[in-house]
Amino acid sequence: MLGRVQVPPKVKRGETFEVRVLIQHPMETGFRRDINGAVIPAHVVDRLVCRIAGREVFSAELGTGVAANPYIAFFARAEQGGPVEVEWSDDRGQKGRAVTTLDVG
Amino acid sequence: MSARLAAALALGALGAAAQGPQPPQGGSHFQSADLRALQADDFANPGMLWAARGEALWSQKRGEGPACSSCHGEASKSMRGVAASYPKHSPALGKVLNLEQRINACVTANQKGPALAWESDELLGLTTYVARQSNGMPVEVSIDGPAAGAYERGRTLYFERQGQLNLACNQCHDANWGKTLLAEKISQGHPVDWPAYRMEWQKLGSLQRRLRACYFGVRAALPDFGSPELVALELYLAARARGLSASVPGVRR
Repeated sequence: MLGRVQVPPKVKRGETFEVRVLIQHPMETGFRRDINGAVIPAHVVDRLVCRIAGREVFSAELGTGVAANPYIAFFARAEQGGPVEVEWSDDRGQKGRAVTTLDVG
Repeated sequence: MSARLAAALALGALGAAAQGPQPPQGGSHFQSADLRALQADDFANPGMLWAARGEALWSQKRGEGPACSSCHGEASKSMRGVAASYPKHSPALGKVLNLEQRINACVTANQKGPALAWESDELLGLTTYVARQSNGMPVEVSIDGPAAGAYERGRTLYFERQGQLNLACNQCHDANWGKTLLAEKISQGHPVDWPAYRMEWQKLGSLQRRLRACYFGVRAALPDFGSPELVALELYLAARARGLSASVPGVRR
């Protein structure tokens, strides 16, 4: 699954910065019907975790209330730089991952 | 007559000769401020997911033949300005092709892979990635020579009443642009910023999908994707939008 994660190019130690995540996913609620009247099965991202330098800083449980191609932004602080890993999984067990690098200095 | 007045009159004559509403405005002008901001944000713009996919596909092989990048190198150089000249007549195929068809012609003839399906993530991705390389450049299509036939056909279609509502394109997009239709502002019908992410679709879609949505709106029979009618209409609209610059991927309501 395709996704993107973005952090500022450089942050100061302990400074608050914004982490932005964009995931490509249909987020099908399971409440819709197709043109033949058959239920379109639910297919949603239900779990998202973000780690910075190996430490979990953010996690979320998503559901049917979130639109397709979810955009999630949150604030974090870091004492040291390292990889920013975002991992998510949907209700069919499919997993996705996006990584970028945080430069703290 | 002063020189300035003469110049103003000459400009006025030019303005009258130019097609379409004055001043020309792309589709994003008629969107809400937050959608315009979303389109301008290269990270949060959801259409960028397809652009990123296209960037990855650019250097991937699809069939026996080479990847796009093997022949065309860096898209930022080789594809700069290309999309602004489409739809364009292809001497090899003897007809006018839009950007999707041109990409697919390369996929089947040179990469020797299966044609990419209309509205598939692969075709939309590649189209978006290629079209993005012309961002900020004015639309400039050729409408004479071998493309003249398609242009005339497109112009005829634009002014032809269609569907159960018996409406022609110009009745909304020339005569009533800027007014409110239900909850929407009617645009001038300029095909810039496509492929675009449309909130209603919850995904990115091609210009042809958008044109088919207008056909659906006036309750007319939908032309097939890639049909000569839609390509001709695309060509007429591009000629009508001459000089406007695109910002792909667009974001629409």
